[in-house]
Parts: sequence; structure tokens; C-alpha cells
Amino acid sequence: MSAAPAAPSRIAVVGASAAGLSVVEGLRREGYTGSLTLIGEEAHLPYDRPPLSKQLLSGTWDTDRLRLRGKDDIAALGLELRLGSPAVALDTRTREITVADGSLVGYDALVVATGTRARRLPGTESVRGVHVLRTLEDAVALREGLATRPRLVVVGGGFVGAEAAAVACGLGCEVTLVTDTAQPMGDALGDELGALLRTVHHEHGVRIDSGVLVDEVLTDGGRASGVRLADGRTLAADAVLVGIGARPNTEWLTGSGVPVGNGVECDATLYAGSGVWAAGDVACWLNARTGEPWRIEHRTNAAEQGLAVARNILAGPERATPFDPVPYVWSDQYDLKIQIYGRTRGADEVRVVEGSTAGRKLVALYGRNGRTCAAVGINMARALRGYRAQVAAAAPLLTGSAA
Amino acid sequence: MDISIDFDKCCGAGQCVLAAPEVFDQRDEDGVVVLLDDNPPAGQTENVVQAAAACPAAVIQVRV
Repeated sequence: MSAAPAAPSRIAVVGASAAGLSVVEGLRREGYTGSLTLIGEEAHLPYDRPPLSKQLLSGTWDTDRLRLRGKDDIAALGLELRLGSPAVALDTRTREITVADGSLVGYDALVVATGTRARRLPGTESVRGVHVLRTLEDAVALREGLATRPRLVVVGGGFVGAEAAAVACGLGCEVTLVTDTAQPMGDALGDELGALLRTVHHEHGVRIDSGVLVDEVLTDGGRASGVRLADGRTLAADAVLVGIGARPNTEWLTGSGVPVGNGVECDATLYAGSGVWAAGDVACWLNARTGEPWRIEHRTNAAEQGLAVARNILAGPERATPFDPVPYVWSDQYDLKIQIYGRTRGADEVRVVEGSTAGRKLVALYGRNGRTCAAVGINMARALRGYRAQVAAAAPLLTGSAA
Repeated sequence: MDISIDFDKCCGAGQCVLAAPEVFDQRDEDGVVVLLDDNPPAGQTENVVQAAAACPAAVIQVRV
């Protein structure tokens, strides 16, 4: 498909990670030949984040393997590539982006793909031994911190916390995972599968304190020495990893008129008005099927949304089509490969339909009001894919096997 | 069409199979991609290019 006659002649993409890369590649694939500027805060060429808490942290991969595309592939896209300097302001009337180095970038259409940044515990920014895990530098610093086999407290039992705990204990660290949910990854998996995960972590020597918040990080001479829990207990530590989620990078849009709430607020087509679109972790769009605003911080969503935005920009806001994905995310911990289609949050029913928790190989369907809202697989990747259609259709949650 | 795959980087998402089921499959045990046809007919080009674009681990390279 070629670009529509009314297609913009200058497109700027702010954010040079998976979503931004997907937009610029999508635009070129769809035949866009106009000017294309990609602005990124980090100095690196686009790299992949899921391996940061897995292969990079464990030392299996070096940093070069994270690169999403080679230099030649990036060069072939014909971009004006501006890395190492974040966008700091936006004027939607003059259609200009201000970059931190003082330069202005004009555009006809803009894609906001600025992602999210790790949430931190207040007051811990300059405390040595306290880590977050979002960027390449974060992961390298944590890897170095783990080399001395510290007593590690992981705050947060989501994807980052659970994966990092698994890797750290494999590296010989003494690991305690503290989570305010009842089970590790309880938000995503629920109690039954979360309990399985707890068992596996225990078997590998990770201690888990669940259902409790961390009040503060304790320090000694500017270094982390432990954490104090909300129930008054303290846990000694030489290193602390804070994995308590992320917040959208939208501050640079202040005063621009771009609607910002939980991310950039878009319509069902990922359009935020005034020539501005959004893609990736930062995009909060109206899900046309559920009527709910969705914001998804998954790697696959970034790629799919980037391609969708590329198509919609070229179609124009009038002819743009709704973005309606089946979300997909995975997590590798020890010898478990956990995969999720759909959204498990808010599920009121979980049914194991293939395999078993005892066998540590299963497919479970998650239901909400009698309808399938998600399918979760543990070590059954190929079989799980067969249930995707059921999730996509929000099919009635029936007893038995795949439809 | 020339397809190359970095199998070690595959995360088993299966997005390629959804995009081009006649060209890609997954191993039963770990979901790693299986290339069913290393020189698919021209009619598959769009699907294969889409599979490469949708791969969350960027393991599929296609030269048309």
C-alpha cells in the first residue's frame, strides 16, 4: 500500500526503543518516502529490554546481543537519527519539538513513543547498592553489584522482580523477594499459579515475604543495609533491587495540549489529536471492544502498536482503524516458561485445561463474568497458542479442551 | 526469499506462526521457532515480512 496523497511529509518519532523502531520500520515498509526523524534519550541504537532481567543479568549475553537491528539496517531506513538527547518540550501549534541540546525539530505528524521509567522508592535515588532495572546501564550496574554475591532484597514481585530474583539466586546470591501481593506475580497469575511459582522459587533458595509492603530502605554510610517492612520487621541486605513498576514519560508534553493522564490518552486508533499519535508503553488508548482505556507495558505490544500507528498515520485520522490486539507477554524463570495471552487482571475464575500444576506443565484459562479473558501457559508454548482465538473472541469459558 | 533465524535469541512468542503459519511453527517443548520452508513461494512474502516485524526478539531476518 502506498502513502495516501494527504500523508504528512515530515514525521517525527520521539523514543528510540522497540515501539519507535517499529513505527519507523512500519512507515518505510508501507511506502513512506518523506522525512523521518527518530529522537532518543539514550545514546544507544534501539535495544531490547526483556533480556535485561534474564540473559544480560545472568551474563549469558553481552550488551551487543541486545541490539534490535544492526547499523546497516538502521542506516537503510534513511532516518535523521538523533540519539543521546531527550525531547524536552512540544509545541503543537507550531508543530515543533524542543530537544535537550536546544535544537528544534519540526513535523507534520508526531509519534510519542517515550516509554516509561522505573518507579523508585522515595529517597533512594543516590543510595549506593539500590538498583532499578529498566535500562542497559541499570542492568549492567546490577550485574556488577551481584558479582560480589550480596544479600539481595528484591522489592516487588512482578515480572522484573521475579525474573531478577531467579537470576540472582542462580549467581549464588542470598535472595529475599518482598511483594505486597499474596503470591509472586500474583497480580498477573492469580493465587493458584502464583503458588506454583512460589514453590519453585523456594526450591531454588529464594525466600519470599508476601502480602507486605516495604516502608523504607535502611542505609549505613550512604549504602543500602537493609529494608524495613510495613509490619515493623527489618531485613538485612547488601543490595536492594526495586521492581515496583514504571511510570510513563510524559512530563515533556506539559503545556502542549496533548492529553496526558495514565500515559498519552489516545482514541481507539492511537490518535491523540493535533497530529500526535502514541505507541508503546506510554500509550493509553481506548479499547474499542471493552470500552476501557488500556496501557500495556509489554514488548510485543510495542512492536504491534508501532506498526499500527505507522499504518494509521498514512491512512490519516479519518481512515485510521482501531488497534485491537490480543496482548501477549512471557516470563522465563528457572526452567519455567510462562506465557500469557490476554489480560488476567480482574479474572474471577481460573481453570487448568491442559496439564497440571503438579507436572509444572499446563495451560490455564482465565475467565471474567463467564468469558475467557486470558490464557496462561507454563512450559506448553505450542499448545497455548491454540487458545489465543478463544481469548480474542472472549469466548464463553467452558469446561474441557480448546475450541 | 532468503530467511535467516537466530534460534538462540528466540523467546517462543509464536508471533511468527500467527503471521505465517505455512512457513513457521514452534517446537513442542520450549516454543522455539521451527522453519518449515526456507524458501517459501512469493505469495508468502508479505506474511513472512510481517512475521519478522512482529517478532518481539527480532530473530527473523528476511531478504526478498
